[in-house]
Amino acid sequence: MNFDFTTTLAGTIFPNPIFTASGCAGSGKELIQFFPLTDLGAVVTKSIMLKPRSGRATPRMAETPSGMLNSIGLQGPGIAAFLQDDIPWLKSKGARIVVSIAGESVADYAELARLISGVSGISAVEVNISCPNVESRGQVFSCNPVTAHAAISAVKKNIDPSLPIIAKLSPDVTDITEIADVVINAGADGLALINTLLGMVIDTNSMKPKLAGKTGGLSGPAIRPVAVRAIYQVKARFPQISILGMGGVTNGREAFEMILAGASAVSVGTANFGNPLATMKIKAELQELLIERGFASVAAAVGYAHREED
Amino acid sequence: MINKYAHAVDAEIISNKRVGAYHHMVFEVGAMAGQVRPGNFVAISVGGETSAMVLRRAFAIHRSMDRGGSGGVVELVVAPHGGGSKWLTSLEVHRKVNIVGPLGTAFGIPTEPVRALLVGGGYGSAPLFGLAEVLKSRGSRVDMVLGASTAGKIYAPLEGKRAVNSLTITTDDGSAGLHGKVSDFLPDLIAASGTEIIYSCGPMGMLAAISKIAGELDLVHQCAVEEAMACGIGVCMTCVLPLRDTNGTIRMQRSCIEGPVVDGSRVIWDSPRAIPEGTWGAQ
Repeated sequence: MNFDFTTTLAGTIFPNPIFTASGCAGSGKELIQFFPLTDLGAVVTKSIMLKPRSGRATPRMAETPSGMLNSIGLQGPGIAAFLQDDIPWLKSKGARIVVSIAGESVADYAELARLISGVSGISAVEVNISCPNVESRGQVFSCNPVTAHAAISAVKKNIDPSLPIIAKLSPDVTDITEIADVVINAGADGLALINTLLGMVIDTNSMKPKLAGKTGGLSGPAIRPVAVRAIYQVKARFPQISILGMGGVTNGREAFEMILAGASAVSVGTANFGNPLATMKIKAELQELLIERGFASVAAAVGYAHREED
Repeated sequence: MINKYAHAVDAEIISNKRVGAYHHMVFEVGAMAGQVRPGNFVAISVGGETSAMVLRRAFAIHRSMDRGGSGGVVELVVAPHGGGSKWLTSLEVHRKVNIVGPLGTAFGIPTEPVRALLVGGGYGSAPLFGLAEVLKSRGSRVDMVLGASTAGKIYAPLEGKRAVNSLTITTDDGSAGLHGKVSDFLPDLIAASGTEIIYSCGPMGMLAAISKIAGELDLVHQCAVEEAMACGIGVCMTCVLPLRDTNGTIRMQRSCIEGPVVDGSRVIWDSPRAIPEGTWGAQ
């Protein structure tokens, strides 16, 4: 059988559906010792902000049952150094690039969109709106329909129209389909589901929160059912929208589960920390499983769990 | 290139022996052994296939032996502290574990013979014995001082003792060797041995105290720092500490790839867990 492993996400074709999740693949330079970056569907970069950021104090991490909490604080070089160093390097290695951007204000998102518009070799932009909004007492953009809409609108109005926008949503909301609705109306071409869930670990020896940032984002297999649910709910309400699924995928069967729920591609995050070759293992297992279940393509399996017939 | 010799291998445990408070474990890693330099570390998957522990555990390499081909081994000294290290030390010989390595920076070895002082805290002594062997093979004088809270937490194997010119033991409770902390005795040891370079590995507080002494005496101090890591390969950004660049800029750098071995004078020891004032990109 002629199997088609390519996938179309937000109107863009990728060679396969396994991506690295934002903030979980460094600059790409850390992983290339283990596999060629061309073997990935795409590298989703760390979320880049306008200015350099030191990130938070340590401890930044706590392992939890089947997961981990992190509170990095978006450490990064800022957009100028990123466009000068990281992007050309990724391009030189033939990687498909999805740039993740993050802002502290609506104006930041607009400026970031302008700055990446002229850059060649970028396949799509993932907009991380799970950041504190400094203009709204630190409330996270994606947790409020008004600010979620404003951030995505700002990107849409300022970006090269040929660059697809993927809005990354937080699961820490009452109804994720409501946020999906407003960002689709604001011009998102696809959705990334889900970001981490906010959590806390208290060290019972020091009797204080374990992370310097007190709260952190929960990731890993512990959150996978939440991700599958969110993808399924959003796909059910918006069958036409492309979804980049993520949340605790560690093997091919779990990536398949996200595709069945409605994801056109799957980002691998925390699993990279436990195994630098996780993406390659997941990719091989997924392909084998899709063929075994009789699918001729990734596209044929996307959302297959929504069918009515048996 | 970052970690240019690193790769993953399913390694068989060929020995696992309790030594005081620790376990000395030997793993058959094949060709990896030939690429290990003193100071490198490995990251090991723990808990088995269905484990709820999703992160690797990082261990400094105690020694490595390249036997050519598949027989190469690395030796680790593991302190059974948490769930992951307790699982690892409970494993029977012949079990296999997935090891990624060699990772991180190595101790710099001077091209000329030197008078070196190696300082270890607790199981932090582990990588110093492999280093001592390399230094001795280059004609250097190697003095060693090992400290711990109590006698059972000193790791000093017999063959390691033979590899050094002098060995001093200190314990906080006086149960073995000199009564006190290693840093209490360093100035005298440095004077007596004519030390030109200090190598160290152990808890951050000890490394800070050694750095202060090294700074006062204008000695080179290479230390292997210990920070909690999630990945060990530079992708997770959790193991950062403030390091000064050659041009004086302080940046939060990953101890897994910028270290674990760093020049002690680069570390902002006053606040290794904070973002020091003036750090590049500080909010």
